[in-house]
Amino acid sequence: MNEAELRERLLAILGAIAPEARETELDPAAPLRDQIDIDSMDFLNFVTAVHKQLGVPIPELDYPRLSSLDGAVHYVMAKLAA
Amino acid sequence: MPSLGSDMESGTLVEWRIRPGDRVHRGDIVAVVETQKGAIDVEIFDSGVVDTLVVQPGTEVPVGTVLATVHGEAEAATRPAAPKPAAGPPEPTPTAPPPVAEAPVRPAPAAAGPAPVRASPVARRQAAERGIDLTAVSGSGPGGAVVLADLASSGRPAGGKPPRAAPSVRQRALELDVDLAGVAGSGPKGAITVADVERAAGAPPAPAAAPRAPFEPDAMRRAIAAAMTRAKREIPHYYLSTTADFEPALRFIETVNAERDPDRRLLYAVVLLKATALALREVPELNGFWRHDRFEPSTAVHIGVAVALRRRGLIAPALHDVADKDLDTLMDDLKDLVQRARAGGLRSSELTDPTITLSSLGDNGVESVYPIITPPQVAVVGAGSVVRRPWVVGEGIAVRRTVTLTLAGDHRVSDGHRGALFLAALDRLLHQPEAL
Repeated sequence: MNEAELRERLLAILGAIAPEARETELDPAAPLRDQIDIDSMDFLNFVTAVHKQLGVPIPELDYPRLSSLDGAVHYVMAKLAA
Repeated sequence: MPSLGSDMESGTLVEWRIRPGDRVHRGDIVAVVETQKGAIDVEIFDSGVVDTLVVQPGTEVPVGTVLATVHGEAEAATRPAAPKPAAGPPEPTPTAPPPVAEAPVRPAPAAAGPAPVRASPVARRQAAERGIDLTAVSGSGPGGAVVLADLASSGRPAGGKPPRAAPSVRQRALELDVDLAGVAGSGPKGAITVADVERAAGAPPAPAAAPRAPFEPDAMRRAIAAAMTRAKREIPHYYLSTTADFEPALRFIETVNAERDPDRRLLYAVVLLKATALALREVPELNGFWRHDRFEPSTAVHIGVAVALRRRGLIAPALHDVADKDLDTLMDDLKDLVQRARAGGLRSSELTDPTITLSSLGDNGVESVYPIITPPQVAVVGAGSVVRRPWVVGEGIAVRRTVTLTLAGDHRVSDGHRGALFLAALDRLLHQPEAL
Protein backbone atom coordinates (compact mmCIF):
# COMPACT_ATOMS: atom_id res chain seq x y z
CA MET A 1 0.00 0.00 0.00
CA ASN A 2 1.48 3.33 -0.99
CA GLU A 3 1.01 6.55 0.93
CA ALA A 4 -1.89 7.81 -1.19
CA GLU A 5 -3.76 4.51 -0.82
CA LEU A 6 -3.15 4.47 2.92
CA ARG A 7 -4.37 8.06 3.22
CA GLU A 8 -7.58 7.16 1.38
CA ARG A 9 -8.01 4.09 3.58
CA LEU A 10 -7.64 6.08 6.79
CA LEU A 11 -10.05 8.71 5.50
CA ALA A 12 -12.59 5.99 4.76
CA ILE A 13 -12.27 4.63 8.30
CA LEU A 14 -12.62 8.12 9.71
CA GLY A 15 -15.59 8.88 7.46
CA ALA A 16 -17.41 5.80 8.73
CA ILE A 17 -17.07 7.14 12.26
CA ALA A 18 -17.56 10.86 11.62
CA PRO A 19 -19.27 11.43 8.24
CA GLU A 20 -18.14 15.04 8.11
CA ALA A 21 -14.57 13.82 7.62
CA ARG A 22 -15.57 12.97 4.04
CA GLU A 23 -17.60 16.10 3.47
CA THR A 24 -15.00 18.56 4.65
CA GLU A 25 -11.68 19.42 3.08
CA LEU A 26 -9.48 18.34 5.96
CA ASP A 27 -6.23 20.15 6.56
CA PRO A 28 -4.01 17.05 6.80
CA ALA A 29 -1.49 18.74 9.08
CA ALA A 30 -3.96 20.17 11.58
CA PRO A 31 -5.39 18.25 14.56
CA LEU A 32 -8.48 16.26 13.56
CA ARG A 33 -10.30 17.33 16.70
CA ASP A 34 -10.11 20.96 15.64
CA GLN A 35 -11.79 20.16 12.33
CA ILE A 36 -14.37 17.47 12.92
CA ASP A 37 -16.52 16.58 15.89
CA ILE A 38 -14.83 13.49 17.33
CA ASP A 39 -14.74 12.52 20.98
CA SER A 40 -12.74 9.94 22.90
CA MET A 41 -15.16 7.16 21.90
CA ASP A 42 -14.81 8.09 18.21
CA PHE A 43 -11.04 8.14 18.49
CA LEU A 44 -11.03 4.73 20.18
CA ASN A 45 -13.22 3.40 17.37
CA PHE A 46 -10.78 4.86 14.83
CA VAL A 47 -7.78 3.22 16.50
CA THR A 48 -9.69 -0.05 16.81
CA ALA A 49 -10.58 -0.07 13.12
CA VAL A 50 -7.02 0.78 12.03
CA HIS A 51 -5.72 -2.02 14.22
CA LYS A 52 -8.23 -4.55 12.89
CA GLN A 53 -8.07 -3.60 9.22
CA LEU A 54 -4.36 -2.89 8.87
CA GLY A 55 -2.97 -5.04 11.65
CA VAL A 56 -1.05 -2.17 13.18
CA PRO A 57 -0.72 -2.22 16.97
CA ILE A 58 -1.29 1.24 18.42
CA PRO A 59 -0.44 1.57 22.10
CA GLU A 60 -2.32 4.27 23.96
CA LEU A 61 0.91 6.16 24.53
CA ASP A 62 1.16 6.71 20.76
CA TYR A 63 -2.30 8.27 20.42
CA PRO A 64 -0.90 11.83 20.21
CA ARG A 65 1.04 10.84 17.08
CA LEU A 66 -2.25 10.10 15.32
CA SER A 67 -3.84 13.42 16.13
CA SER A 68 -3.70 14.70 12.53
CA LEU A 69 -4.30 12.88 9.25
CA ASP A 70 -0.66 13.36 8.23
CA GLY A 71 0.47 12.10 11.61
CA ALA A 72 -1.69 8.99 11.30
CA VAL A 73 -0.46 8.28 7.75
CA HIS A 74 3.19 8.58 8.75
CA TYR A 75 2.70 6.52 11.91
CA VAL A 76 0.94 3.66 10.14
CA MET A 77 3.37 3.74 7.17
CA ALA A 78 6.29 3.38 9.55
CA LYS A 79 4.60 0.52 11.41
CA LEU A 80 3.74 -1.30 8.18
CA ALA A 81 7.31 -0.97 6.95
CA ALA A 82 8.77 -2.22 10.23
CA MET B 1 -47.92 6.28 21.97
CA PRO B 2 -45.63 6.19 24.97
CA SER B 3 -44.10 9.32 26.41
CA LEU B 4 -40.38 9.03 25.80
CA GLY B 5 -39.41 11.99 27.91
CA SER B 6 -41.16 14.82 29.66
CA ASP B 7 -40.84 17.02 26.59
CA MET B 8 -42.49 14.68 24.09
CA GLU B 9 -45.94 15.60 22.79
CA SER B 10 -46.33 13.32 19.81
CA GLY B 11 -44.57 10.70 17.76
CA THR B 12 -44.79 9.13 14.32
CA LEU B 13 -45.23 5.39 14.04
CA VAL B 14 -42.65 4.25 11.50
CA GLU B 15 -43.17 0.52 11.44
CA TRP B 16 -44.76 -2.34 13.30
CA ARG B 17 -42.60 -5.27 14.35
CA ILE B 18 -45.57 -7.42 15.32
CA ARG B 19 -48.75 -8.74 13.78
CA PRO B 20 -52.15 -9.52 15.24
CA GLY B 21 -52.02 -12.90 16.93
CA ASP B 22 -48.36 -12.61 17.92
CA ARG B 23 -47.52 -13.45 21.50
CA VAL B 24 -45.49 -10.65 23.05
CA HIS B 25 -43.57 -10.42 26.29
CA ARG B 26 -42.76 -7.44 28.42
CA GLY B 27 -39.62 -5.81 26.98
CA ASP B 28 -40.08 -7.07 23.42
CA ILE B 29 -39.57 -4.42 20.77
CA VAL B 30 -42.90 -4.02 19.04
CA ALA B 31 -42.61 -0.88 16.91
CA VAL B 32 -40.33 1.90 15.74
CA VAL B 33 -41.39 5.45 16.50
CA GLU B 34 -39.83 8.70 15.27
CA THR B 35 -39.53 11.44 17.86
CA GLN B 36 -37.52 14.61 18.26
CA LYS B 37 -34.82 12.29 19.56
CA GLY B 38 -34.71 10.14 16.47
CA ALA B 39 -36.01 6.68 15.67
CA ILE B 40 -36.72 4.78 18.87
CA ASP B 41 -37.42 1.07 19.27
CA VAL B 42 -40.50 0.89 21.44
CA GLU B 43 -40.70 -1.93 23.98
CA ILE B 44 -43.98 -3.32 25.21
CA PHE B 45 -44.47 -3.11 28.97
CA ASP B 46 -46.97 -5.90 29.30
CA SER B 47 -47.24 -9.47 28.04
CA GLY B 48 -50.08 -11.01 26.06
CA VAL B 49 -51.37 -11.62 22.58
CA VAL B 50 -51.63 -8.87 20.00
CA ASP B 51 -55.21 -8.17 19.04
CA THR B 52 -55.36 -5.15 16.76
CA LEU B 53 -52.86 -2.71 15.31
CA VAL B 54 -54.79 0.53 15.57
CA VAL B 55 -52.37 3.10 14.16
CA GLN B 56 -50.96 2.77 10.66
CA PRO B 57 -47.26 3.35 9.91
CA GLY B 58 -46.56 6.93 8.84
CA THR B 59 -49.13 8.41 11.20
CA GLU B 60 -48.18 11.07 13.74
CA VAL B 61 -50.23 10.77 16.92
CA PRO B 62 -50.20 12.49 20.32
CA VAL B 63 -48.71 10.81 23.38
CA GLY B 64 -51.33 8.60 24.99
CA THR B 65 -52.94 7.51 21.73
CA VAL B 66 -53.74 3.79 21.60
CA LEU B 67 -51.34 2.23 19.10
CA ALA B 68 -52.48 -1.36 19.44
CA THR B 69 -54.54 -3.54 21.69
CA VAL B 70 -53.15 -6.56 23.47
CA HIS B 71 -54.97 -9.19 25.48
CA GLY B 72 -53.18 -9.70 28.77
CA GLU B 73 -51.98 -13.08 29.98
CA ALA B 74 -54.52 -13.26 32.79
CA GLU B 75 -57.30 -12.36 30.44
CA ALA B 76 -56.26 -15.02 27.97
CA ALA B 77 -55.95 -17.66 30.68
CA THR B 78 -59.13 -17.03 32.59
CA ARG B 79 -61.50 -16.67 29.71
CA PRO B 80 -59.99 -18.52 26.84
CA ALA B 81 -63.26 -19.25 25.16
CA ALA B 82 -65.10 -16.13 26.11
CA PRO B 83 -67.06 -15.23 23.04
CA LYS B 84 -66.31 -11.81 21.77
CA PRO B 85 -69.20 -9.42 21.52
CA ALA B 86 -70.76 -10.42 18.28
CA ALA B 87 -69.41 -8.43 15.38
CA GLY B 88 -68.49 -5.38 17.37
CA PRO B 89 -65.17 -3.67 16.95
CA PRO B 90 -62.36 -5.13 19.01
CA GLU B 91 -62.77 -3.84 22.51
CA PRO B 92 -60.14 -1.29 23.34
CA THR B 93 -57.81 -2.10 26.15
CA PRO B 94 -59.83 -1.66 29.31
CA THR B 95 -58.01 1.13 31.09
CA ALA B 96 -57.00 4.20 29.25
CA PRO B 97 -53.33 5.06 29.12
CA PRO B 98 -51.20 2.31 30.63
CA PRO B 99 -51.47 -0.97 28.73
CA VAL B 100 -52.07 0.96 25.61
CA ALA B 101 -48.66 2.05 24.63
CA GLU B 102 -47.52 -1.33 23.53
CA ALA B 103 -45.56 -0.90 20.45
CA PRO B 104 -45.34 -4.53 19.75
CA VAL B 105 -42.20 -6.07 18.46
CA ARG B 106 -41.66 -9.66 17.64
CA PRO B 107 -39.18 -11.46 19.85
CA ALA B 108 -35.86 -11.31 18.06
CA PRO B 109 -35.53 -14.98 17.06
CA ALA B 110 -38.88 -14.99 15.31
CA ALA B 111 -37.39 -12.66 12.72
CA ALA B 112 -39.44 -13.01 9.63
CA GLY B 113 -38.90 -10.74 6.70
CA PRO B 114 -35.93 -8.53 6.01
CA ALA B 115 -34.16 -6.86 8.88
CA PRO B 116 -35.01 -3.18 9.05
CA VAL B 117 -32.41 -0.97 7.43
CA ARG B 118 -30.22 0.80 9.93
CA ALA B 119 -30.14 4.50 9.18
CA SER B 120 -29.66 7.73 11.03
CA PRO B 121 -32.89 9.64 11.61
CA VAL B 122 -31.77 12.48 9.36
CA ALA B 123 -30.88 10.06 6.59
CA ARG B 124 -34.23 8.33 7.00
CA ARG B 125 -36.07 11.59 6.61
CA GLN B 126 -34.04 12.76 3.62
CA ALA B 127 -34.52 9.40 1.95
CA ALA B 128 -38.26 9.65 2.46
CA GLU B 129 -38.35 13.15 1.03
CA ARG B 130 -36.23 12.33 -1.95
CA GLY B 131 -37.82 8.98 -2.64
CA ILE B 132 -34.62 7.03 -2.11
CA ASP B 133 -34.98 3.36 -1.18
CA LEU B 134 -32.81 2.90 1.89
CA THR B 135 -32.37 -0.78 1.22
CA ALA B 136 -30.56 0.14 -1.98
CA VAL B 137 -28.07 2.42 -0.24
CA SER B 138 -24.91 1.00 1.25
CA GLY B 139 -24.30 2.50 4.65
CA SER B 140 -20.96 3.84 5.79
CA GLY B 141 -22.04 4.72 9.33
CA PRO B 142 -21.48 2.72 12.50
CA GLY B 143 -22.77 -0.82 12.11
CA GLY B 144 -23.35 -0.19 8.42
CA ALA B 145 -26.01 2.40 9.14
CA VAL B 146 -26.99 4.64 6.27
CA VAL B 147 -25.92 8.20 7.05
CA LEU B 148 -26.64 11.46 5.27
CA ALA B 149 -23.42 11.34 3.29
CA ASP B 150 -24.44 8.02 1.74
CA LEU B 151 -27.63 9.57 0.43
CA ALA B 152 -25.76 12.53 -0.98
CA SER B 153 -23.71 10.23 -3.18
CA SER B 154 -26.72 8.13 -4.14
CA GLY B 155 -28.60 11.19 -5.34
CA ARG B 156 -25.78 12.44 -7.56
CA PRO B 157 -24.36 10.97 -10.71
CA ALA B 158 -21.56 8.64 -9.71
CA GLY B 159 -18.12 10.17 -9.85
CA GLY B 160 -19.33 13.65 -9.09
CA LYS B 161 -17.15 15.53 -6.67
CA PRO B 162 -18.86 16.34 -3.40
CA PRO B 163 -19.68 20.03 -3.18
CA ARG B 164 -17.21 22.13 -1.24
CA ALA B 165 -18.75 23.66 1.82
CA ALA B 166 -17.62 24.40 5.35
CA PRO B 167 -19.31 22.54 8.22
CA SER B 168 -21.22 25.68 9.24
CA VAL B 169 -22.60 25.91 5.70
CA ARG B 170 -23.64 22.26 5.80
CA GLN B 171 -25.36 22.81 9.11
CA ARG B 172 -27.28 25.74 7.61
CA ALA B 173 -28.20 23.62 4.59
CA LEU B 174 -29.48 20.93 6.91
CA GLU B 175 -31.57 23.46 8.81
CA LEU B 176 -33.00 24.97 5.65
CA ASP B 177 -33.36 21.58 4.02
CA VAL B 178 -31.25 22.55 1.03
CA ASP B 179 -29.51 19.85 -1.02
CA LEU B 180 -25.96 21.13 -1.50
CA ALA B 181 -25.58 19.13 -4.70
CA GLY B 182 -27.94 21.57 -6.38
CA VAL B 183 -26.29 24.76 -5.13
CA ALA B 184 -23.75 26.78 -7.13
CA GLY B 185 -20.90 27.97 -4.94
CA SER B 186 -19.77 31.59 -5.04
CA GLY B 187 -16.95 31.24 -2.52
CA PRO B 188 -13.25 30.51 -3.06
CA LYS B 189 -12.63 27.52 -5.38
CA GLY B 190 -16.36 27.32 -5.94
CA ALA B 191 -17.11 26.60 -2.30
CA ILE B 192 -20.71 27.04 -1.24
CA THR B 193 -21.31 29.82 1.27
CA VAL B 194 -24.06 30.36 3.80
CA ALA B 195 -25.44 33.08 1.53
CA ASP B 196 -25.63 30.60 -1.38
CA VAL B 197 -27.56 28.17 0.78
CA GLU B 198 -29.95 30.82 2.03
CA ARG B 199 -30.49 32.06 -1.52
CA ALA B 200 -31.23 28.52 -2.64
CA ALA B 201 -33.65 28.07 0.24
CA GLY B 202 -35.45 31.28 -0.65
CA ALA B 203 -35.54 30.80 -4.39
CA PRO B 204 -38.99 29.94 -5.71
CA PRO B 205 -37.99 26.77 -7.57
CA ALA B 206 -36.22 25.41 -4.53
CA PRO B 207 -37.67 22.17 -3.26
CA ALA B 208 -40.90 23.03 -1.50
CA ALA B 209 -40.49 23.47 2.21
CA ALA B 210 -40.25 19.98 3.60
CA PRO B 211 -43.10 18.78 5.73
CA ARG B 212 -42.25 19.39 9.34
CA ALA B 213 -40.37 16.31 10.40
CA PRO B 214 -40.26 15.50 14.09
CA PHE B 215 -36.52 14.98 14.26
CA GLU B 216 -35.10 17.87 12.32
CA PRO B 217 -32.36 19.75 14.18
CA ASP B 218 -34.65 22.61 15.10
CA ALA B 219 -37.20 20.24 16.55
CA MET B 220 -34.61 18.56 18.71
CA ARG B 221 -33.33 21.91 19.92
CA ARG B 222 -36.87 22.95 20.75
CA ALA B 223 -37.42 19.71 22.66
CA ILE B 224 -34.27 20.26 24.69
CA ALA B 225 -35.31 23.85 25.37
CA ALA B 226 -38.78 22.76 26.52
CA ALA B 227 -37.39 20.19 28.95
CA MET B 228 -34.78 22.58 30.31
CA THR B 229 -37.30 25.40 30.70
CA ARG B 230 -39.50 23.11 32.72
CA ALA B 231 -36.50 22.04 34.79
CA LYS B 232 -35.49 25.62 35.54
CA ARG B 233 -39.06 26.60 36.37
CA GLU B 234 -40.00 23.65 38.58
CA ILE B 235 -36.81 22.33 40.13
CA PRO B 236 -35.13 24.34 42.90
CA HIS B 237 -31.56 23.52 41.89
CA TYR B 238 -28.53 23.76 44.11
CA TYR B 239 -25.00 23.42 42.75
CA LEU B 240 -21.79 22.02 44.23
CA SER B 241 -18.35 21.68 42.74
CA THR B 242 -15.10 20.03 43.73
CA THR B 243 -11.83 19.30 41.97
CA ALA B 244 -10.53 15.77 42.35
CA ASP B 245 -7.12 14.26 41.80
CA PHE B 246 -7.80 12.02 38.78
CA GLU B 247 -4.27 10.63 38.54
CA PRO B 248 -4.95 7.30 40.32
CA ALA B 249 -7.97 6.53 38.10
CA LEU B 250 -6.19 7.50 34.88
CA ARG B 251 -3.08 5.50 35.76
CA PHE B 252 -5.26 2.51 36.53
CA ILE B 253 -6.95 2.75 33.13
CA GLU B 254 -3.62 3.24 31.36
CA THR B 255 -2.16 0.18 33.05
CA VAL B 256 -5.15 -1.92 32.05
CA ASN B 257 -5.13 -0.61 28.48
CA ALA B 258 -1.40 -1.12 27.97
CA GLU B 259 -2.03 -4.88 27.97
CA ARG B 260 -4.98 -4.75 25.63
CA ASP B 261 -5.79 -4.45 21.96
CA PRO B 262 -7.82 -1.32 21.13
CA ASP B 263 -11.15 -3.15 20.93
CA ARG B 264 -10.91 -4.10 24.62
CA ARG B 265 -9.57 -0.82 25.99
CA LEU B 266 -11.47 1.23 28.56
CA LEU B 267 -12.34 4.91 28.53
CA TYR B 268 -12.21 6.82 31.80
CA ALA B 269 -15.92 7.49 31.43
CA VAL B 270 -16.64 3.97 32.74
CA VAL B 271 -14.70 4.71 35.92
CA LEU B 272 -16.76 7.88 36.44
CA LEU B 273 -19.96 5.93 35.79
CA LYS B 274 -19.17 3.12 38.20
CA ALA B 275 -17.92 5.45 40.93
CA THR B 276 -21.05 7.58 40.54
CA ALA B 277 -23.27 4.51 40.91
CA LEU B 278 -21.47 3.35 44.05
CA ALA B 279 -21.48 6.83 45.60
CA LEU B 280 -25.25 6.96 45.07
CA ARG B 281 -25.62 4.01 47.42
CA GLU B 282 -24.35 6.29 50.17
CA VAL B 283 -26.64 9.19 49.22
CA PRO B 284 -29.69 7.50 47.69
CA GLU B 285 -31.83 10.63 47.65
CA LEU B 286 -30.05 11.74 44.49
CA ASN B 287 -31.18 8.65 42.59
CA GLY B 288 -34.79 8.35 41.44
CA PHE B 289 -37.74 10.40 40.24
CA TRP B 290 -39.86 13.32 41.39
CA ARG B 291 -43.40 12.35 40.45
CA HIS B 292 -46.82 13.32 41.73
CA ASP B 293 -45.32 15.76 44.23
CA ARG B 294 -43.19 13.19 45.93
CA PHE B 295 -39.81 11.51 45.59
CA GLU B 296 -39.69 7.95 44.33
CA PRO B 297 -36.25 6.56 45.13
CA SER B 298 -34.83 3.92 42.80
CA THR B 299 -32.91 0.91 44.02
CA ALA B 300 -31.41 0.33 40.58
CA VAL B 301 -28.95 2.91 39.24
CA HIS B 302 -29.62 3.64 35.58
CA ILE B 303 -27.33 6.48 34.58
CA GLY B 304 -28.36 8.68 31.67
CA VAL B 305 -25.18 9.26 29.67
CA ALA B 306 -25.12 12.57 27.83
CA VAL B 307 -24.13 11.80 24.21
CA ALA B 308 -23.51 14.54 21.66
CA LEU B 309 -25.24 13.73 18.37
CA ARG B 310 -23.04 15.31 15.73
CA ARG B 311 -24.73 18.55 14.69
CA ARG B 312 -28.11 17.36 15.97
CA GLY B 313 -28.06 18.11 19.66
CA LEU B 314 -27.78 15.91 22.67
CA ILE B 315 -29.44 12.86 24.17
CA ALA B 316 -28.91 11.09 27.49
CA PRO B 317 -30.11 7.47 27.27
CA ALA B 318 -29.81 5.11 30.23
CA LEU B 319 -26.95 2.77 30.86
CA HIS B 320 -28.77 0.18 32.93
CA ASP B 321 -27.77 -1.22 36.34
CA VAL B 322 -24.40 0.50 36.46
CA ALA B 323 -23.74 -0.41 40.11
CA ASP B 324 -23.96 -4.11 39.33
CA LYS B 325 -21.62 -4.29 36.32
CA ASP B 326 -17.85 -4.53 36.10
CA LEU B 327 -15.84 -2.01 34.08
CA ASP B 328 -15.46 -4.27 31.03
CA THR B 329 -19.19 -4.86 30.83
CA LEU B 330 -19.86 -1.16 31.29
CA MET B 331 -17.45 -0.35 28.45
CA ASP B 332 -19.18 -2.80 26.09
CA ASP B 333 -22.56 -1.41 27.04
CA LEU B 334 -21.39 2.19 26.68
CA LYS B 335 -20.01 1.57 23.18
CA ASP B 336 -23.27 -0.03 22.16
CA LEU B 337 -25.35 2.77 23.69
CA VAL B 338 -23.36 5.58 22.06
CA GLN B 339 -23.46 3.89 18.68
CA ARG B 340 -27.22 3.40 18.84
CA ALA B 341 -27.76 6.94 20.09
CA ARG B 342 -26.01 8.21 16.96
CA ALA B 343 -27.11 5.68 14.37
CA GLY B 344 -30.65 5.05 15.61
CA GLY B 345 -31.97 2.09 17.54
CA LEU B 346 -32.34 3.38 21.09
CA ARG B 347 -35.01 1.55 23.04
CA SER B 348 -37.90 3.30 24.72
CA SER B 349 -36.83 2.13 28.18
CA GLU B 350 -33.45 3.78 27.65
CA LEU B 351 -35.17 7.14 27.28
CA THR B 352 -37.48 6.77 30.26
CA ASP B 353 -35.34 4.83 32.76
CA PRO B 354 -32.48 7.17 33.72
CA THR B 355 -32.50 7.68 37.50
CA ILE B 356 -29.71 10.29 37.30
CA THR B 357 -27.60 11.78 34.50
CA LEU B 358 -23.84 12.06 33.99
CA SER B 359 -22.56 14.77 31.67
CA SER B 360 -18.86 14.42 30.88
CA LEU B 361 -17.35 17.16 28.74
CA GLY B 362 -14.54 15.00 27.42
CA ASP B 363 -11.40 16.50 25.97
CA ASN B 364 -12.47 19.94 24.87
CA GLY B 365 -10.45 21.69 27.53
CA VAL B 366 -13.31 23.26 29.46
CA GLU B 367 -12.86 22.77 33.17
CA SER B 368 -16.36 22.49 34.55
CA VAL B 369 -19.99 22.12 33.59
CA TYR B 370 -23.01 23.26 35.63
CA PRO B 371 -25.65 20.89 34.30
CA ILE B 372 -29.43 21.20 34.50
CA ILE B 373 -31.50 18.37 35.96
CA THR B 374 -33.67 16.49 33.47
CA PRO B 375 -37.16 15.99 34.92
CA PRO B 376 -38.32 13.75 36.47
CA GLN B 377 -34.81 13.03 37.73
CA VAL B 378 -33.57 14.80 40.85
CA ALA B 379 -29.85 15.17 40.22
CA VAL B 380 -27.20 15.42 37.53
CA VAL B 381 -23.44 14.95 37.82
CA GLY B 382 -20.99 16.86 35.63
CA ALA B 383 -17.35 16.12 34.86
CA GLY B 384 -15.12 18.69 33.19
CA SER B 385 -12.13 18.00 30.97
CA VAL B 386 -9.05 16.46 32.49
CA VAL B 387 -6.70 19.31 33.38
CA ARG B 388 -3.08 19.19 34.58
CA ARG B 389 -2.65 21.32 37.70
CA PRO B 390 -0.18 21.97 40.47
CA TRP B 391 -1.45 19.83 43.33
CA VAL B 392 -0.46 19.64 46.96
CA VAL B 393 0.84 16.18 47.80
CA GLY B 394 2.04 15.81 51.37
CA GLU B 395 4.13 18.93 52.03
CA GLY B 396 5.09 19.42 48.40
CA ILE B 397 3.55 20.31 45.11
CA ALA B 398 3.26 17.92 42.18
CA VAL B 399 1.76 18.09 38.71
CA ARG B 400 -1.40 15.98 38.66
CA ARG B 401 -4.20 15.38 36.20
CA THR B 402 -7.40 16.58 37.82
CA VAL B 403 -11.09 16.64 37.03
CA THR B 404 -13.69 19.09 38.31
CA LEU B 405 -16.84 17.28 39.43
CA THR B 406 -20.11 19.13 39.79
CA LEU B 407 -23.49 18.18 41.14
CA ALA B 408 -26.85 19.80 40.57
CA GLY B 409 -29.41 18.54 43.07
CA ASP B 410 -33.11 19.08 43.66
CA HIS B 411 -33.84 20.91 46.92
CA ARG B 412 -37.23 19.22 47.17
CA VAL B 413 -35.38 15.97 47.87
CA SER B 414 -31.88 16.77 49.13
CA ASP B 415 -29.69 19.68 50.11
CA GLY B 416 -26.12 20.88 49.84
CA HIS B 417 -25.02 18.89 52.85
CA ARG B 418 -26.15 15.59 51.39
CA GLY B 419 -24.86 16.60 47.97
CA ALA B 420 -21.46 17.32 49.47
CA LEU B 421 -21.38 13.83 50.98
CA PHE B 422 -22.04 12.44 47.52
CA LEU B 423 -19.19 14.38 45.89
CA ALA B 424 -16.87 13.38 48.75
CA ALA B 425 -17.79 9.72 48.23
CA LEU B 426 -17.22 10.06 44.49
CA ASP B 427 -13.79 11.59 45.10
CA ARG B 428 -12.89 8.81 47.52
CA LEU B 429 -14.04 6.05 45.14
CA LEU B 430 -11.99 7.55 42.29
CA HIS B 431 -8.91 7.06 44.46
CA GLN B 432 -9.51 3.30 44.61
CA PRO B 433 -10.17 2.49 40.96
CA GLU B 434 -9.08 -1.13 41.34
CA ALA B 435 -12.02 -1.63 43.73
CA LEU B 436 -14.59 -0.47 41.18
